[in-house]
Amino acid sequence: MTTATATPAGAGLPGAPAGQRGAVALRRRRRLVILGLLALLAVAALASLAVGAKPIPLPVVWDAIFFPTGTEDGIVVRSLRMPRTVLGIGVGIALGVAGALMQGHTRNPLADPGLLGVSAGAAFLVVIGIYALGVTSLFGYVWFAFAGALAASVLVFVLGSLGRGGPTPVTLALAGVAVSALLTALTSALVLADTNTLDAFRFWAVGSVAGRDAGTVVQVAPFLGLGLLLAAVNAPGLNLLALGEDIARGLGQPVQLTRWVGLIAITLLTGAAVAACGPIGFVGLVVPHVARSLTGPDHRWLLPASGLAGAVLLLAADVIGRVLVRPAELQVGIVLALVGAPFFIALVRRRRPASL
Amino acid sequence: MTGLLERPPGRLAGRTPVRLGPFSGVWRPRVIAVTLTGLALLVLVAAVNIGRGDFPISLAEVLAVLVGGGDEAQQFIVLELRLPRTLTGILVGAALGLSGAITQAIARNPLASPDILGVTAGASATAAAVIVLGGGNGVITGLLSAAGLPVAALLGGLFTAALVYALSFRRGIEGYRLVLVGVGVGAVAMAITSWLLVVAEVYQAAQATVWLTGSLNARGWEHVVPVGFALVVLVPVALLLAFVLGGLQFGDDTARGLGLNLNRSRGALILVAVALAAVATASAGPIAFVALVVPQICQRLVGSSRPPLLASAVHGALLTVGADLIARTALGTELPVGIVTAVLGAPYLLHLLARRNRGVTA
Repeated sequence: MTTATATPAGAGLPGAPAGQRGAVALRRRRRLVILGLLALLAVAALASLAVGAKPIPLPVVWDAIFFPTGTEDGIVVRSLRMPRTVLGIGVGIALGVAGALMQGHTRNPLADPGLLGVSAGAAFLVVIGIYALGVTSLFGYVWFAFAGALAASVLVFVLGSLGRGGPTPVTLALAGVAVSALLTALTSALVLADTNTLDAFRFWAVGSVAGRDAGTVVQVAPFLGLGLLLAAVNAPGLNLLALGEDIARGLGQPVQLTRWVGLIAITLLTGAAVAACGPIGFVGLVVPHVARSLTGPDHRWLLPASGLAGAVLLLAADVIGRVLVRPAELQVGIVLALVGAPFFIALVRRRRPASL
Repeated sequence: MTGLLERPPGRLAGRTPVRLGPFSGVWRPRVIAVTLTGLALLVLVAAVNIGRGDFPISLAEVLAVLVGGGDEAQQFIVLELRLPRTLTGILVGAALGLSGAITQAIARNPLASPDILGVTAGASATAAAVIVLGGGNGVITGLLSAAGLPVAALLGGLFTAALVYALSFRRGIEGYRLVLVGVGVGAVAMAITSWLLVVAEVYQAAQATVWLTGSLNARGWEHVVPVGFALVVLVPVALLLAFVLGGLQFGDDTARGLGLNLNRSRGALILVAVALAAVATASAGPIAFVALVVPQICQRLVGSSRPPLLASAVHGALLTVGADLIARTALGTELPVGIVTAVLGAPYLLHLLARRNRGVTA
């Protein structure tokens, strides 16, 4: 927790050759990790297309995707399960990458996109939309959620950067906690004032990928794409920041610029994810720890691994939620906590998670 | 930790030591000043809180009733309605403030609060289950409903905390692992809570939301007694145990080198923090922010390297009662106190952050 000034011990230094053979082995291992995650993602995506209230055999799924003939199964796959699967992949990648970025920037292993007020801001504006403007469709929630996520995180960054020294990990985290608590309280006040708002809000707040159509995917895709691009640009700079701000500055890294790029990427990614699916916790918190234990702390590898692992986790949780209480469904947010938490606890118990 | 390095070295040498038998400490007038000022404000705010309402009673009359005077109506309103509510607020706030101070000192993380030990999440899930599922479904919820909401919430909170502790025990307790396991268990409890809210009828969901926000509404003597008893037992224990906090501050290796039995002292402190938070949450629901923000505010007011315990308790009570006063009287309708604590506490933390950015230590 006081890793604020501590650099990762020994092998943690990104790019430092620990002997030629070790470096080669590490690179091969990281490639294997990425390939393995891609394979897992493919399996999860196929399962997501085939499994549900109406199980559809894989050959039929294949035909429905590539040779659509308009059969009933084909319509289920193309209009219901494909948007849901694509959205699950996109949101999973976004949450995984955002979580890794966030833990890197705040150097706090508890950092979670929810920490910067993103989820709370989105929830608050969604409630305002329902309460004051009578918005009840998912299509309408998206824009309110995105605006709220953006506004809340900008507020957190501005408040966290006040005072001398600009934004530091701790001030940002504290500002995020404060703003989140404030917005959550206001959300509760609105929800308690009107039962209809509570009724609409509680189904959004549980976090789900069900019932989203292709339109939702198209709406959030540009924000996801831009966010991922900024994250990729940010990775090398984040590696230098891990050495400490002073060393990073000494090595010629524009520290403030790196911070801002990272913060914008986090906001875009989590904002888009929350907007599309409601607040889905746990992916951004758990996945970076798992990915870090596989790839080590080098963000150029950690970010893609986190993204892929996030997508796998989200799709798997969604599929499990459809199977557990068939023909009803458990929302993915609930399944993620029920499945992800024991896994996370086992990981934490097994050994100390790789330091940041 | 970094704060030590930034401080001019002369200050440390200039402090006056105080020795009393086997105990010794450093004379810190600011700690005493902050605690006493908080206490005075607390008495004032509590008296105002008792006086205000649909049937206004002046401060002098409130004091008269408290020492045995006043007419029958005033006695009923003060002694049966408003005094127990205010006392519940004071005790719950003190318990939360103290619990937060202990947790933050052990975890050495300004974001730590008893929530991280899973207490409030467990209590919330149990309470939501009692409200939503009622007595009808299943043996466990039937038994919990029969025991009543506060008892069920207390059991839920304690069980969750015990689970967190058991799951994070591995050749001893490490602050880092405890916090992470707590996050995991808390997430499960929160998922169960939000699932219960989705399957509930709307009116049940509304009732559960009020409880989940933290409310002092309709709290009577039966809520005061358990919290009061818990505080009478736990506050002295906490203050005695607090001597090791100074050593724990330096990290595990140094603390061990100073001769501390890490597992025993840390386990005892965690037990105290959990008991305080669980009792408080069972009485009033999870009142947001008190346990998180009050220790941080007090740490800055006092200028110490870790949250001061007694000052945190006093100011926790002050924040809770002040928030209840506002929740009851400021707006037309009666809000849950948890909303006001958050709206009051958050900007103050932000203000302190902006003003003394460099004073923040992790």
